[in-house]
Amino acid sequence: MAELLLRRIGGAILILFGVAAVTFVLLYWLPADPAVQLAGRSATAQTVANIRRELGLDQPLPIQFLTYLGNLIQGDLGRSYTQKTEVETLILARLPATLILMACGILVEVVLGLVFGIIAALNRGGFVDRAVMTMSFVGVSAPQFVVALFFLYIFAATLGWFPMSGFGTVNHVILPATTLGVLGAGWYARMVRSAMIDVLAQDYVRTARAKGLSETRVIFRHALPNALLPIIAMIGIDIGQFMSGVVVVEAVYGWPGIGQLAWQAIQQVDIPIIMGVTLTSALAIVTGNLVADLVAPLVDPRIRAR
Amino acid sequence: MRILREILRRPSAVFGLSIVLLVVIAALGAPLLAPFAPDEQMFDGLTLDGAPIPPDATFWLGTDTLGRDLLSRLLYGARTSLIIGLVANGTAVLIGLTVGMLAGYLRGPVGNALMRFTDLMMAFPALLLAIVLAALLRPSLWIVALVIAMVNWVQVARIVYTETRGLVERDFILAERSLGAGHLRIVALHIAPHLVPTAIVWGTLGIATTVLLEATLSFLGIGVQPPEPSWGNIIFESQSYFTAAPWLVFFPGIAILLTALSFNLVGDALRDILDPTQRGRM
Repeated sequence: MAELLLRRIGGAILILFGVAAVTFVLLYWLPADPAVQLAGRSATAQTVANIRRELGLDQPLPIQFLTYLGNLIQGDLGRSYTQKTEVETLILARLPATLILMACGILVEVVLGLVFGIIAALNRGGFVDRAVMTMSFVGVSAPQFVVALFFLYIFAATLGWFPMSGFGTVNHVILPATTLGVLGAGWYARMVRSAMIDVLAQDYVRTARAKGLSETRVIFRHALPNALLPIIAMIGIDIGQFMSGVVVVEAVYGWPGIGQLAWQAIQQVDIPIIMGVTLTSALAIVTGNLVADLVAPLVDPRIRAR
Repeated sequence: MRILREILRRPSAVFGLSIVLLVVIAALGAPLLAPFAPDEQMFDGLTLDGAPIPPDATFWLGTDTLGRDLLSRLLYGARTSLIIGLVANGTAVLIGLTVGMLAGYLRGPVGNALMRFTDLMMAFPALLLAIVLAALLRPSLWIVALVIAMVNWVQVARIVYTETRGLVERDFILAERSLGAGHLRIVALHIAPHLVPTAIVWGTLGIATTVLLEATLSFLGIGVQPPEPSWGNIIFESQSYFTAAPWLVFFPGIAILLTALSFNLVGDALRDILDPTQRGRM
């Protein structure tokens, strides 16, 4: 187990270095020039050259990358071109907001998914079941920004229940978190449903029923825990989806997280911030996958044997 | 023929297929169907205060903030969505097939390197990568398609890799090899045909993802650029106005949703029908 853990963590670190390398090369090759962007429209060639030297952009690509890697190993993500602040500081300042949003989004998704998945499994072929199966497809086909704008139109502009945008109170988080979670909830419900149907057909569930346990106890004590495994794995794997969703949701709701930080940085060609946010997201995704892999054997002893 | 018959037996797939046909008709027939030119800023297309007109008898779906007919723009927008859907997703499936098949067949150091690269791409937040690429390149229809293809091939590659690996181990490949067949013959005649169902399923399902991604990029202003209409950039252009003119978000939003939904439904039905492990279970 420990060896497996070490090997997986080693692999994850390698992947992160790979992500750093690919992003670095991509940003180097793309036609947008940060020096020109910083110098402004009316700058002379001399000014642009000075800025380029100051930022170290006149060095050859391998040197630039090695310098970046050297700093990265020491936990230094460099300085923002436009905000003249350390990138770590900027990201850490924005990270809590994004984490709150993601946690609430995942909560919405999992709670809705569990509730509807269980109801659907218990009423196979019934109305809720068919509705869940249909909605799961609608959920993965709906554009997040349209749903966000519609929530704003209905619940903020028309009904006035929630603020249009911003951050700070519970009311601020409800719409963005629901937008983030509701679309995937159908898919979770689908997974819970099929896992529950499999589990409910098992012999031990029949035994539990045969010895006279109440239906509630059978479902929540004997069936559900065994149906949870795919859900746990799915949350881990879904972190990537959430990281992507966060960019759009933060943009529409004016949520001050790393998605917005990234969006501003992209428009200003602020390469250190773009690198920093990409690496942070990649770290979240890799960790999510790792956790999904490692938690599975803890919950399900059958996997441990393999 | 069998596939079509199977599809017609599923109500959700029939629904999906009809919407797909409608979108294709809208895209092909846009010049004939559109009541106005998509980029014509009409004199009577705005109210006296300069506000867009809600849906009425002349402008069935209303007008946008520049006094252009929304229905006409949506019809032409269907072209953008379909072109990007087909080109971007077609490219993604081709790249995915090539990488997955090479990695699965060759294995060894080359196969390993290819799959490690695929794993690496999986660790990228897809939308963030697409946004960075699209924003820093000059956005145009083809760049958007290319960016989406670069992000979307990964999943196909993984699936094809797993399938190819399974195929390579099978006895009929071994038999073929012992008869002296070359690599090219084995791959082209004995492996590729088995991957056709996967290609068809992902060629359909992927269009849904692509349509959504294009809409999102265009909504952020880094996808298809106005005045060329796309469902995403129609919403982008009227975003700040949406509480006063909700139809400008509603109709394009529904168009995106229905298109993605129908490709998902058809793709899902195709997966059920074509996946041999599912066959006979229904």
